[in-house]
Amino acid sequence: MARITAGVATSHVPAIGAAMDLMKTQEPYWSPLFDGYEKSRAWQKDAKPDVVILVFNDHATSLMLEVVPTFAIGCAEHYRPADEGWGARPVPVVQGHPELAAHIAENLIIDEFDMTILNDMDVDHGMTVPLSLLFGEVDQWPTRVIPVLVNVTQFPPPSGDRCWRLGEAIGRAVASFPEDLNVQVWGTGGMSHQLQGKRAGLINKPFDQDFLEKLTSDPQSLRKLTHYDYLREAGSEGIELIMWLVMRGALGADVNEVHRFYHVPASNTAVGHIVLEAA
Amino acid sequence: MAVGNLGYDRADLDDIPGTTIFTVASSRRAYHLHRFCMSLMKADNRPAFKADEAGYLARFGMTDEQKSAVQARDYNRLIALGGNFYFLIKIASCDGISAAQAVSTMTDLSTEDYTAMMLAGGRSPEGVRSISGRF
Repeated sequence: MARITAGVATSHVPAIGAAMDLMKTQEPYWSPLFDGYEKSRAWQKDAKPDVVILVFNDHATSLMLEVVPTFAIGCAEHYRPADEGWGARPVPVVQGHPELAAHIAENLIIDEFDMTILNDMDVDHGMTVPLSLLFGEVDQWPTRVIPVLVNVTQFPPPSGDRCWRLGEAIGRAVASFPEDLNVQVWGTGGMSHQLQGKRAGLINKPFDQDFLEKLTSDPQSLRKLTHYDYLREAGSEGIELIMWLVMRGALGADVNEVHRFYHVPASNTAVGHIVLEAA
Repeated sequence: MAVGNLGYDRADLDDIPGTTIFTVASSRRAYHLHRFCMSLMKADNRPAFKADEAGYLARFGMTDEQKSAVQARDYNRLIALGGNFYFLIKIASCDGISAAQAVSTMTDLSTEDYTAMMLAGGRSPEGVRSISGRF
């Protein structure tokens, strides 16, 4: 049977991908950030996931203009890195897992999550930056990936609690897939940041660190955070943190924390990262 | 099982200083502006826009206000006209400037001071959580 073995959360700031693509990772601005992912990269070499269910938001790349799905899942064989306005990132094409994706999509809809199915999509930094952070510069990604997309931009996004329950449903769907697969769930985006208006540049370190701490110590309490809490405390783009709750909901009650990292800034954003193994 | 009350009051959302909530209605208002922004994801379109901005913008059914705000690179104005930064940043990318540079133009700070603020830990939430509550 397929099983969820671990969860990863990480920010997906586009400038991080650009720093890697332009060989700037050893510069003083960037090296503390990349140092914070060394342990996770080493851990991934042993963890060897067959499939990563990668939860992210599209940044007006493939969605948001004509179609704005609240929840969507990719069922394609592969996903090309998108040209977001400065040329596509020079990273490998992402290989999907259409069979497991179709199984999850069907089970989620039967479980009353009204998923949009995506059979063709280019993927932006929301997916490629987490892959780069966790796997480094590679000729091909060492895992297959199933994209799960959440609208976090156009109000109202789904509630954090709804995201948690989507994660639980993903966990049930994976557990009923007959093939023996090692599956990870990644929640991406955040932490606190605001990319608009006179409050731009907002960083709320106490909020972020409390959120990281509670992913391990008191995850149920995070389900109660409202959109107002996220917008006010973590900034208009900090609401991306609801996607971390899909990951945490999928992992089950007990986890072992492997690694935690927090760093300010990457461009406009507070970078948070945690690795949790299912107990 | 739902946990607690996850509802919201629109007045609360409008009470956050310097923050515009991007809604279904804003998305509709900015549809043609956003279609222009997304056109800049095609490599051939970027030099075409830069060579003749007014001519290029005339291809899209945007309002005159939206067109002039694009030409002025007035991102706060574009957001007031319905825009969302994830679309608008494609203009900044076409200009060859970073996200931090583009974002800094919406604040009261110069790009240098904004960059220094971020390196020092970012903008504190103290005093910018609520207009009515002043906290």
